Amino acid sequence: MSHHLVLRVVANLLLPFILVFALYVQWHGDNGPGGGFQAGVVFAAGMILYALVYGVDALKKVIPAKTSIILMSLGVLIYAGTGLSSLFLGHDFLDYSGLAANSTQGQERGILIVELGVGIAVAGAMIAIFTAFAGRTPEIEDKEW
Amino acid sequence: MPEALFHHLPVLQVVLTLVAAPLCALAGSRWAWSIATAASIIAFAITVTLFSSVLDGTVISYHIGGWAPPIGIEYRVDILNAFVLLIVSGIAVLTLIYAQKSVTAEIGSEKHGLFYAAFLLCLTGLMGVAITGDAFNVFVFLEISSLSAYALIATGADRDRRALTAAYNYLIMGTIGATFFVIGLGLLYMLTGTLNMADLAQRLFDHGDNRTLRTGFCFVLIGLTLKLAMFPLHLWLPDAYSRAPSAVTAFLSATATKVMVYVLLRFLFAIFSFSFAFEASVLRVLVLPLAMIGIVVASVVAIFQDDLKRMLAYSSIAQIGYMLLGLALVSQTGVMASIIHLFNHAITKAALFMAAGCFVLQAGTTSIRELRGIGRDMPWTMAAFVVGGLSLIGVPLTVGFISKWYLVEAFIAEGWWPVALLIVASSLLSFAYVWRVVEAAYLRDAPEGVVRKEAPLSMLVPMWTLAGMSIYFGVDSSLTSAAASRAANALIGASNLFWQ
Repeated sequence: MSHHLVLRVVANLLLPFILVFALYVQWHGDNGPGGGFQAGVVFAAGMILYALVYGVDALKKVIPAKTSIILMSLGVLIYAGTGLSSLFLGHDFLDYSGLAANSTQGQERGILIVELGVGIAVAGAMIAIFTAFAGRTPEIEDKEW
Repeated sequence: MPEALFHHLPVLQVVLTLVAAPLCALAGSRWAWSIATAASIIAFAITVTLFSSVLDGTVISYHIGGWAPPIGIEYRVDILNAFVLLIVSGIAVLTLIYAQKSVTAEIGSEKHGLFYAAFLLCLTGLMGVAITGDAFNVFVFLEISSLSAYALIATGADRDRRALTAAYNYLIMGTIGATFFVIGLGLLYMLTGTLNMADLAQRLFDHGDNRTLRTGFCFVLIGLTLKLAMFPLHLWLPDAYSRAPSAVTAFLSATATKVMVYVLLRFLFAIFSFSFAFEASVLRVLVLPLAMIGIVVASVVAIFQDDLKRMLAYSSIAQIGYMLLGLALVSQTGVMASIIHLFNHAITKAALFMAAGCFVLQAGTTSIRELRGIGRDMPWTMAAFVVGGLSLIGVPLTVGFISKWYLVEAFIAEGWWPVALLIVASSLLSFAYVWRVVEAAYLRDAPEGVVRKEAPLSMLVPMWTLAGMSIYFGVDSSLTSAAASRAANALIGASNLFWQ
């Protein structure tokens, strides 16, 4: 896509803002519209834009297939791990009250960590799905039908 | 067991396998099987503990996040879903032991990590559907189990490329089913403003009969019957089961549709009720005839299949018909017959599909024609198949007989002789398709120059455990029938508190 100068310049301009906006949506999920899922999708959309302009191989250099699987797994582990840690603090699963000195603070801290897990998992999954489809070479040739 | 740990068992039941799934994906092919097996064994141990503590009729309630129901999500273990959990986690352990050799042969080793991750996610979803007391949570877990099931079926592509289209068709049909289900839930929520099952039952009763309730009921019914492959909504099932890897077929056939039958029972009789006149008429006028047609049509189609797995898949559709017959009778004995058949069919069909998987491994085929003379080369596998086959027919001393006995008894008690006769007559159809395999295996000569060895021990043991159970619980059904009867009473008793 080297000849699409306008596309490249615009994408370069937009990318940092998309990624920062993803982080904004991530950290404001507890007291405003947004949250982990949306943040993960926005973040992955930024990565997909990068892949559309510079090619899937360029994206794979940034985030190899293995990394996206690690991200997905890590996200789930953060989520479930937070839930399980509250068991050890003497509360029910996903009851974050024990995560800080007072219960309200604990709830806020808990939901931020859980949403971070969701965000990482969603971003990893979106990128993995995109690269799986975009990086696929046709295995069945026309004559095989 | 320490009190604190026991208190958390309902959630650990679901969460441990959920945590093990990403670990499988991270650990890669080498450790995935061990992690998955260990996780499923722990899950089974938890189920056994839960089952033994609810056997006396107590109900365990767990509040996720410490939020009390009906606002928060509640996990609610009673005898019925503990029984279903026992089936799901027990079959999972046996299938995973069986899977090691079978999966190595059928799926490329680079995919094993993700395969076992998907397997555990599917298990998590199915157990979650069974354990939760929140109607929307059912939908969430339903999607977790279904999405991972699509992926599991697609892994059959290494052996047969058509697994991809089978998985895709299942994806489309399953998604339509889930959509219907969630629209139905939406209507019920609109009507009552609650999603907790017990609360829903109470408020629906207070509300009384109206058109929105009826519409919601129909959406839920259609969504679930699509997922459990009621005739004529079964079209996804034969392809999905016959092209999935053998271990996946054995697991899904024994658990996925059974859990759906459980959800249907829960909605029909614990959220709605016998006394909801519209439900009774829909079940008797629509579901009962469809179940009967399904039994006959699927059995006849099964007779003409050359592919063993496909034949068993059609037989599954017929067997689901028996479960639906029981619940469509709208009586306590009918529900009990459904529940007991749920268990009996799960162990029988898992054993049969495991035998089919052994044939895939050692003979490389599931074509009945090519399996001629297999009874002499693989005597143990074929003997397990025969035990399973006898149970499908309903021969005395097998679990199939117990199921049909209770079912026929339930219909005779209501004076529905023609249906009872059909149940007995349909055994002849099952005999026809089982006999074709037996004849080919024992009475025909093996094809020239084919060398086939007996299946390895790690596959024979789980298969024979299930086949042995099909005989044991066929001889002494006191345990299963007591559990099923108490489960039916608990189920119906819960809603009859309101709907009198």
